[in-house]
Amino acid sequence: MGTIDPVTLAVLNGRLEQIADEMDATLFRSAFNPIIAEAHDASHGLYHAETGETLVQGKSGLPIFVGAMAFAVKTVIDKAARDGGLEEGDVYIFNDPYDGGTHLSDFRLVQPIFRDGKVFCYLASVGHYHDVGGNVPGNYNPAATECFQEGFLMPPVKLFEAGRFRQDVVDILQANSRLPNSLYGDLNGQINALKLGEGRLRDLLDEYGDTTVATAFEELKARAAALMRAQISSLPDGVYKAGDFLDNDGIVDVPLPLQLAITVAGDRLTLDFTGSAPACLGPVNIARSTTIAACYVAMKHVFQEVPANAGVLEPIDFVIPDGSILDARAPRPVGGYTETILRLIDLSFQALAQAAPERVNGCAYGTINALSLAGYRREDGRRWVMFSFFGGGHGGHPEGDGLNHGNAPISTATIPPLEILEAAYPVMFKQWALRADSGGPGRNRGGLGAVYEIELLEEQADAFLFGERGRYAPAGVVGGEAAALNRFTYPAGLDGGAAHPPMASKMVGIKLIQGQSVLLETPGGGGYGAPVEREPARVAEDVRLGYVSVASARDRYRVVVSEDGTLDEQATSELRAA
Amino acid sequence: MSTNTPHLIAGVDVGGTFTDVFVLDEAAGTARVAKVPSTPANQAVGFLAGLEAGAGDLTALSTVVHGTTVGTNALLERKGAATGIITTAGFRDVLEMRRRDRPRTWGLWGQFEPVVPRDRRLEVVERTLADGTVRAAVDPEAVKAAAMRLHDLGCEAVAIVFINAYANAENERAALAAVRAVWPNDYITASHQIVPEIREFERTSTAALNAYLQPPVGRYLARLEQALGEAHSPAQVLIVQSNGGVMSVETARKVPVRTALSGPAAGVTAAAHIGSVAGYPNLITCDMGGTSFDVSLVVEGESALAAQTSIDFGLVVRSPMIEIITIGAGGGSIARVDAGGLLQVGPESAGSDPGPVCYGLGNTRPTVTDANLVLGRINADRPIGGKLDRLDVTAARQAITDHVALPLGLESAEAAAEAVIRVANAKMAGAIRVVSIERGHDPKEFVAVPFGGGGSLHAGALIREVGLKKALVPRYPGVTSALGCTIADLRQDFVETWNVLLDDLDATALRAAVDRLSEAGTKTVRGAGVTLEGLETVVELDMLYVGQTHTVAVPIDAAAGKPVDKEAVRAAFETAYAATYGRLLSGISMRLMNLRVAVVGKRPRFDLSLLAPEEGVTVEAAIRGKRDIYVDGAWHDATIVDRLALPVGARIEGPAVLEQSDTTILIEPGLVGEVDTYGNVLIGESS
Repeated sequence: MGTIDPVTLAVLNGRLEQIADEMDATLFRSAFNPIIAEAHDASHGLYHAETGETLVQGKSGLPIFVGAMAFAVKTVIDKAARDGGLEEGDVYIFNDPYDGGTHLSDFRLVQPIFRDGKVFCYLASVGHYHDVGGNVPGNYNPAATECFQEGFLMPPVKLFEAGRFRQDVVDILQANSRLPNSLYGDLNGQINALKLGEGRLRDLLDEYGDTTVATAFEELKARAAALMRAQISSLPDGVYKAGDFLDNDGIVDVPLPLQLAITVAGDRLTLDFTGSAPACLGPVNIARSTTIAACYVAMKHVFQEVPANAGVLEPIDFVIPDGSILDARAPRPVGGYTETILRLIDLSFQALAQAAPERVNGCAYGTINALSLAGYRREDGRRWVMFSFFGGGHGGHPEGDGLNHGNAPISTATIPPLEILEAAYPVMFKQWALRADSGGPGRNRGGLGAVYEIELLEEQADAFLFGERGRYAPAGVVGGEAAALNRFTYPAGLDGGAAHPPMASKMVGIKLIQGQSVLLETPGGGGYGAPVEREPARVAEDVRLGYVSVASARDRYRVVVSEDGTLDEQATSELRAA
Repeated sequence: MSTNTPHLIAGVDVGGTFTDVFVLDEAAGTARVAKVPSTPANQAVGFLAGLEAGAGDLTALSTVVHGTTVGTNALLERKGAATGIITTAGFRDVLEMRRRDRPRTWGLWGQFEPVVPRDRRLEVVERTLADGTVRAAVDPEAVKAAAMRLHDLGCEAVAIVFINAYANAENERAALAAVRAVWPNDYITASHQIVPEIREFERTSTAALNAYLQPPVGRYLARLEQALGEAHSPAQVLIVQSNGGVMSVETARKVPVRTALSGPAAGVTAAAHIGSVAGYPNLITCDMGGTSFDVSLVVEGESALAAQTSIDFGLVVRSPMIEIITIGAGGGSIARVDAGGLLQVGPESAGSDPGPVCYGLGNTRPTVTDANLVLGRINADRPIGGKLDRLDVTAARQAITDHVALPLGLESAEAAAEAVIRVANAKMAGAIRVVSIERGHDPKEFVAVPFGGGGSLHAGALIREVGLKKALVPRYPGVTSALGCTIADLRQDFVETWNVLLDDLDATALRAAVDRLSEAGTKTVRGAGVTLEGLETVVELDMLYVGQTHTVAVPIDAAAGKPVDKEAVRAAFETAYAATYGRLLSGISMRLMNLRVAVVGKRPRFDLSLLAPEEGVTVEAAIRGKRDIYVDGAWHDATIVDRLALPVGARIEGPAVLEQSDTTILIEPGLVGEVDTYGNVLIGESS
């Protein structure tokens, strides 16, 4: 290995990041399905030639993939080693969720970059396809008990073999999707992104020399590790514990405990998940690699300076119990992986709040609320599937109240405009609004969740919901209180009446007829600091704006205020003193 | 010509610190520039002072073209009018819910304060469906009651935004009439009037921001006109829009949201003109300020436009704007070594107050300007801008030593300062790659045009780093935006959402729509009463494959009187798609999402050779002496030159520093600077 001066290193760091960012942008612009194009549920990066470790990853992709992609590349490295090696021009494709995967919807393309006959590094692209078969359109099947019900599983196979495109592989993929055109368009976008990345990387290698760039890879990893160690050292030594629950697995209605003990010892961290539930029947299991990726996302939200580089994980040890919900093996269903990783991130905030209250925030709304409505068009019998993720509030934090209606911490997704949804599907939104009293009370209040009400305009449709936080609300930190629970309401029958899912926020096969509506009310974020420490004038302002009700102001903040926001200071003092 | 015949054209750019004025006397063949302090409390005062300094006799002004930051500042500082929104029942929170985003990818501490608070967003029962069917008609009396309630709450302006108004504006129009009947002023914006395009948040935000800006921008324009009137100036005032074109004051009062990027747009327009005249129609304009570096692309003399921009988190304006990529690398950007030992420059900035360490105003952390000073590239005794008398080299050197050299283990302050410059240059080069290489353009065909104060120090390094053809430093880089005002064309943009399959497109209806919008635009542009050389209508379709969500801009030939051909539209889409993404997709239908029509009124452009150096000057007389500058790890004995004293055809080999009151140009060893017939300095490889 050569040496590299600090200036060239800083310059190369930026150049490499730009390559990954440009790959992200290429796929976002040309992808077909809105989950990639609008919600940015995709990621690209450069990975180590032997270990598959993340060298650089794009800044605009889905945060959760930053940790997960390294495992996917390693899967290809191992597979190729078994099969007798790689050739220049090979590109692998797969969606196996147990080997470096997340769930079946995420298709990975992995390409070795050869220099002088040897693999120099890997490029990879991952994107969430709109439909990959299975029992439920859109693949969020809360009733799945095996991955076979969630979609089709593609092990690593060659999409390009020594540069030759294999149409037969694409034929298999398209034949297994309800939306084959969308799949074809997204796959093309990924190929374009890899091509672009390869071109840019080769230019860079020609400009700086392979040895210099390889040295930069090693140096950047070492520096990422040093940066993470410095961050850990700033925390007081000790053991910080937190526990939380998933509502259920969608199959058996019992809560699933998740436990985290964070040990800070000098410049190292141990994340110990002992005490978490065993693997479950329903689709909220996650693979070990996904667990590690989730922890990476949590750490990067708290320690924002650390880069997207494997070095960050070097000073962290993981204890993930074998056979637990956090160590899923085939064919355990994993389709709802988002819910479990969101809970791990919440646990991390709750545990770190004890070590560094000034650096964390209350939990965010904690569920992606995948809601789909699907049916057939009367005019031509064409199938339609409206599938989207819905938003909620972010936690209160040391600098202020949580953000109203934000995106999930694992993603940078924006929500499609309701006008786009109404133009594309036979639905009409009746409400798209903030939900009063949904933010967790606190000195700094949690942000508000939302209310979405959707009426069916077509003759009939089926609705599916995959959500969480229906029974265990997003927690506050540092004395802040929990947010409101997630709540879904659908017609009890043809004659009306309201029903809620027996399993709280997970439900398949809800039948709707024209004119009926479903109502989704999402959680806010948890509060930060005790609500009685909130200045009464801020509570009164919240009431005036309709963020907080008069009753909630009195019962949870101990502030007496009238509907129009007029504060009764005398009564408030008495109530707070009592 | 007698002096009191109005004949002067003035461009006025009001910046944060200075108001720049460029006055053109075409008859006499002269141009004058003036720089006076801005007056943030009432920009009209500085505006008039600048005009007096530049033109002398205000009665001689025929046209004053203005790039204004009044709107931008009102948005950034949240100092617009008390505004209310009347919207469809169930949707009053659209403005506050945004598109469910957050300010930063990492870290969850974001906050957002909408410009219209929740209690001033009122709902009325009404509903239009996506296909334009009115499901519930609006009750004008309910709208009037909502308007009166907003008025009672102290609102001065109001926006009306109904769901799906892009598909059918009938309810919105009825509501607009109802509000007009009771509202005490003209500060009323209906969403279909300014952005009849699908996407409710973007439309709501744009309409709300427009209403929010109407009172302050309207009052400002009235003050300007009044001040000019009191000075007996007959000048007509035109305002620069974010799309780089200009509009009448009357239009600006109605749609002030189109001034959101007025100032920077004028600069890009000027740079495009200066470059094209000098023989370089493909340009990358670079504006380096205190905290940021703004880059924009010009291809064949035309600026690239973006469909929308965010002025700040959640403050989205959907209206065609000159596309400007901004990164946090300016003269005030702070250099530091992070806990992992990696050198970082920006985005944190010392701005212009306290500014770099060398300003001596309290900042102790080294900036890009401090690094340039330590390397001798800036003259400590002649700071540009005229605010300070001299710069503190010792303090700058100390800061670079403490914060960069020691943590990185570098042997000298110079080596550390050069490291800071290289990292800053790499970031700027990255921004240039975004607009050039990432858009599929070959940098070898492009020339960098630095304007503003700081860019000329870095231009040479940037052409080498990105592989650009040359850099072109305009003769007066500090007044580029003011100059741009005097040459910008009049422009009116329209957009309409069609959302139809290409197979189902009614080509005759499209033809009729183009004619209708073109006529409306022509009326507005001609209505400004400005001398025009010609009119041009540009027609573009936003198209995509069915299933995609991002559109491709497809220019089509829709010359008046010619039928629109569906097959030609298909071919134009495929050409545009292939140019953007490479692979076409077989067997998938195409959709036409939006129709965009722009009517451009071409204004006469003055002869830039007016700005050329005087005859009879010599290179020798322009040379001020020698100074040591540090480049590539060594000190060099550099020639110091008075830039404005150089004659046409002068050739200055690097290492050299060209100084003028508003910028400093660095010619690195191996590069050469040449003065062209317009007085521009072109920097390129020496060989």
